[in-house]
Amino acid sequence: MTLEEKQEQMFARWLEPQGVEFAGEEAKRAYQERVNRFKDAIQLKKAPDRVPVHPMTGLFPLAYAGVTLYEAMYDYEKAGTALRKYVLELEPDAHNGMFLWPPGRFFELLDYRLYKWPGHGVPADSCYQYVEAEYMKAEEYDALINDPTDFWLRTYLPRIFGNLKPFAKLATLTDVLELPLTCGSFVPFGLPEVQEALRAVMEAGSEALRWVGVMQSVESGLAAQGFPGMFGGATKAPFDIIGDTLRGTHGILMDMYRRPDKLLEALERVTPLAIRMGVSMAKMSGNPVVFIPLHKGADGWLSDKQFKTFYWPTLKKVILGLVEEGLVPFLFAEGGYNTRLEVIAPDLPPGSTIWLFDDTDMARAKEILGKVACIAGNVPITLLTLGTPQEVKEYCKRLIETAGRDGGFILSSGAVIDNIRPENVRALIEAAREYGRYA
Amino acid sequence: MSDLAQLVADLQEDKVLSEVKARLEAGEDPLAIIEEARRGMQVVGERFEQKEYFVSDLVMSAAIFAQITELIGPHLKKEAAGGKGKVVIGTVKGDIHDIGKNIVIAMLQCHGYEVIDLGVDVSPERFVEAVKESGARIVGMSALLSAVFPSIKETVEAFAAAGLRDKVKIMIGGAPVDEKVREYAGADAVGRDAMAAVYLADRFTAMLA
Repeated sequence: MTLEEKQEQMFARWLEPQGVEFAGEEAKRAYQERVNRFKDAIQLKKAPDRVPVHPMTGLFPLAYAGVTLYEAMYDYEKAGTALRKYVLELEPDAHNGMFLWPPGRFFELLDYRLYKWPGHGVPADSCYQYVEAEYMKAEEYDALINDPTDFWLRTYLPRIFGNLKPFAKLATLTDVLELPLTCGSFVPFGLPEVQEALRAVMEAGSEALRWVGVMQSVESGLAAQGFPGMFGGATKAPFDIIGDTLRGTHGILMDMYRRPDKLLEALERVTPLAIRMGVSMAKMSGNPVVFIPLHKGADGWLSDKQFKTFYWPTLKKVILGLVEEGLVPFLFAEGGYNTRLEVIAPDLPPGSTIWLFDDTDMARAKEILGKVACIAGNVPITLLTLGTPQEVKEYCKRLIETAGRDGGFILSSGAVIDNIRPENVRALIEAAREYGRYA
Repeated sequence: MSDLAQLVADLQEDKVLSEVKARLEAGEDPLAIIEEARRGMQVVGERFEQKEYFVSDLVMSAAIFAQITELIGPHLKKEAAGGKGKVVIGTVKGDIHDIGKNIVIAMLQCHGYEVIDLGVDVSPERFVEAVKESGARIVGMSALLSAVFPSIKETVEAFAAAGLRDKVKIMIGGAPVDEKVREYAGADAVGRDAMAAVYLADRFTAMLA
């Protein structure tokens, strides 16, 4: 199959979701109309009927329904009810589903240390927050490069989950070879503390499964009523994989000066893993859009040379690897991407990516990327938080006139929307209908 | 520019450290060495302003400077730091992110400020107390989450309630924090990058003098 055929096949799966019984002909028509709106905006072959609108919501559906994140993370049905209320009442063209509100008990069972979450370090109505640290030490690059999975299993997981600390005692499983060279690798599984850790894993697994069940039923239910989810999978840029939760911001920035070769080797090493992550999730879900939040490549963090050396080459490989499988990377470029537009534009396969911009000049983004990529954004979170509905609509109107010209555009917020006035989210969604008609 | 200042400005970590060690062994005045290193740091700041340097370079420069002060520390008879004045700084209540705040702190220290770091999730009361205790006239607040804009406002208001609002200059910063947030919160200035904090502190210091 050609790339184009592969992508068409994935869109066909998104248009005819497996296991979804539409509530009726009208619901099916509405669902497909919404998916087609995104498909046209992404493929750039023709303008959609109107600008698709997808507010980048985080906690907003919960806040809108008066549910705290704490309640959502411990009562999945309640979270589902909140999501339904938001989608059915405000009618965005796509929603973010429930993946941003994962099960609290799961994290408790494993004694998760990487984040603080409601009831565990932050208040009930706050968002979970990452605890920045060096979870991988500078001298561990070789361990990561030699065997990433082994590094995750025996070094990283014991650090981020208190209850998986005994996994540090496990043996390497690649030692399992001939009959006399087998049993040794299993000895650690006999240790009482390792067995206790395994029991925690089993319980956590059951909880995750329970949560996924609720999530799938809520999201299929919304599809049945005409509302598609935005994302079929997620992955990350290799530089962010290593820089966010392994080496940390400080660590990776220093590594560019102190051990550039090791860093480059590690980035290459995790690239196929990042592709695999996006592909397996999207293929399973049948929705081609793969969410990729971008962090440390934004304007100001890295020099142009550092971006071209350390950030972009492996992110480009991830993008191309996903596109190769008929998928559509959705790159959420938080912060500014003004200085990166010229670097990324020539490398993008046309009609296969979405770029959600925040603090980026959208007229320039349209000019530079408009012929190859769908751009999305960028109603500022400060305007959405502090402005009036009228101001939001005026911003959207101007945005649609510049960035939305001739299609290839999704109206969205520049950053994640949590607890803001519902009138402002409503204004954002209405603006697409009021000002976004093509033809 | 002296050789050492040049090496610092060019982020030549290994060369800077061996140069500093050699000069200390030769019995040079440690304060003069620090002064040269600071001049190098000023060049780093200028290059950042001119967009020749980026956050990555600031972080590296701060790491080099920290090692210089560590090498020099045992040779100093009395403390050399904190020439320019005190700054109370923290991430506001409800937010535990500290990367941006820590870069700002490193830059302020490299540029001669004594920083009282209150850490993260800092209540308005703790900001006010820290100012009362230290006598600092400059306050810096950091926020990464848009949900904590009210915390910034509450902290500004807490200074007013304590009768200290016109005694202190308040600067705010963090990814989503812009002029609109400054206006909403009633702060004195907003800084959009790590060096902005240094220039704002310099401006405040001149105004308060």
